[in-house]
Amino acid sequence: MGVHEVLMCWNIKLQLLAFLLVYQNSAFLLMLCCCSFFIICFYFTSCPFLAQQLTPIIPVLGGALFLFVLGTLLRTSFSDPGVLPRATPDEAADLERQIDVANGTKGYRPPPRTKEVVINGQTVKLKYCFTCKIFRPPRASHCSLCDNCVERFDHHCPWVGNCVGRRNYRFFYMFILSLSFLTIFIFAFVITHIILSSYQKGFLTALKESPVVVCFFSVWSIVGLSGFHTYLISSNQTTNEDIKGSWSSKRGKDNYNPYSSGNIFTNCCVALCGPLPPSLIDRRGFIEADAPQMAPPTNGITMYGATQSQQSHMCDQDQCIQSTKFVLQAATTPLLQQHSSEPVIITSSPENGTSLPARASLTLGGPCSSLPLGQPTPPTSTPSLSCHEATDMLPIHGHALNHTHPLQEQAALHHYLTPEEVPSPPGMLHCGSPLGHSHTVQTSFYNPASQDSLHEDSVRGLVKLSSV
Amino acid sequence: MAETHSLQDMRQQAAVAAKVFIQRDYSNGTMCQFQTKFPSELETKIDKQQFEETIRTLNNLYAEAEKLGSQSFIEGCLACLTAYTVFLCMETHYEKVLKKIAKYIQEQNDKIYAPRGLLLTDPIERGLRVIEITIYEDRSFSR
Repeated sequence: MGVHEVLMCWNIKLQLLAFLLVYQNSAFLLMLCCCSFFIICFYFTSCPFLAQQLTPIIPVLGGALFLFVLGTLLRTSFSDPGVLPRATPDEAADLERQIDVANGTKGYRPPPRTKEVVINGQTVKLKYCFTCKIFRPPRASHCSLCDNCVERFDHHCPWVGNCVGRRNYRFFYMFILSLSFLTIFIFAFVITHIILSSYQKGFLTALKESPVVVCFFSVWSIVGLSGFHTYLISSNQTTNEDIKGSWSSKRGKDNYNPYSSGNIFTNCCVALCGPLPPSLIDRRGFIEADAPQMAPPTNGITMYGATQSQQSHMCDQDQCIQSTKFVLQAATTPLLQQHSSEPVIITSSPENGTSLPARASLTLGGPCSSLPLGQPTPPTSTPSLSCHEATDMLPIHGHALNHTHPLQEQAALHHYLTPEEVPSPPGMLHCGSPLGHSHTVQTSFYNPASQDSLHEDSVRGLVKLSSV
Repeated sequence: MAETHSLQDMRQQAAVAAKVFIQRDYSNGTMCQFQTKFPSELETKIDKQQFEETIRTLNNLYAEAEKLGSQSFIEGCLACLTAYTVFLCMETHYEKVLKKIAKYIQEQNDKIYAPRGLLLTDPIERGLRVIEITIYEDRSFSR
């Protein structure tokens, strides 16, 4: 069962608790902290001066912009990106039967992986998802982190702690756009502050008193990211498609994007102002608890009549407490399993970076090239997450060393996960080679077998939480 | 006396003989459309025209839900300006059409499918992946 189906429960407090405690979302917490840190910095250093010298509207405007950024961030993080619920057993059996008939065999053979369909004159391959047991719609992809197929999959954003897909792309775009405006706003007024106060105190003193250098890099990376997504929206592509070059003319003369309407304005309207489809995950559906050692099949069946009576059984105080204990246990135990740290050299180059202007190269030369693991990040339950872990470590060290700029890292490490078709079995590394070095160091920190059971425990805990 | 099955009788007493799944049709892109091909299992149960009419109406309704018209555009802009808080008090256009679809399916079930021992399941309950048609065992109800 995917993370989204577990987290999408009505009880907001428990949802938040579960969301924050699952340590995959440490990047999201970091993002929240960074944003808050910056605005607080700005308010304490530049704002009093500017409010006096220019106009008090400046802090008000800054505050409003910050609230908008926060709102869109939370909306992106907590909304369903467009998860496709897994097929019911009947559906899966029917699909397999159809394929067997088509193949002319009665023996048990795994269904063929692809089905071709012609969309607007372009041949598109629909892939079969072995986890969800469906043929994925076009533009959908399976996210191995969330363990769900997501419609119009863009990417999984660790900073937002969620996939970006059909239902929350507009919130994500609004978030990065408003964040760009906020950073430009802060940067501009910090410069103004420096200029104005340098008349009184001298340039160097003024410079020392304000966080201008920190602002500088964040502005460029976030503005770059917004620019990139603006380009994607206007050409009606997803990050996933752009990275793979699915509709690039380099693939063939006749290769074009069948989803684009050809008109930039229409494409923008469709992405941002189009109708918002409802969530396909049933929030009140009865989710069966995991059997130990087995991933349970999920189903998208809504059994409203049945659930209501069952809900009253599940709404148990003890259940709630027990599940919270499960989740806490799962989240905190890895921290106690840390071994001694080893230096990790992290060089990051974008996976397919040429098309992404926001990807500042993070090859930290000189004194930063060897970063000690000052603060161990909890090892993740599946090895594919160690990719993010490695990227998570960088900003933490950036903070500690006062050398790198958190917001820069944030955007530059906007790690576009290439989606996986199959669930990640233990031991399989999915991430790109630049961070491969850090993987080998990481694997020494945890035992995959125990991580699996830990993962199951936390999922079991979250399952029980969601049933409240 | 012609055998008529009421929906209630069927659900309570009849056993499920088979299930037919109408898959999605992606030839127009990612829009929610279902295949109008008539499945062979239903050949003895229902008229082909009737079936195709049902599927076509459903397809039209889904197209209406996803259409980028002036109404959805205004709704989108308004939502953005109010930081998406407007959806706390208002239903989206899509949700309104989904209610229409639910009503239509209910009506079709009552009038056409239940008397023939069939039951259409609303695709939203299957994550908009398939239209599930349950074929109930043919039993005669003596009156």
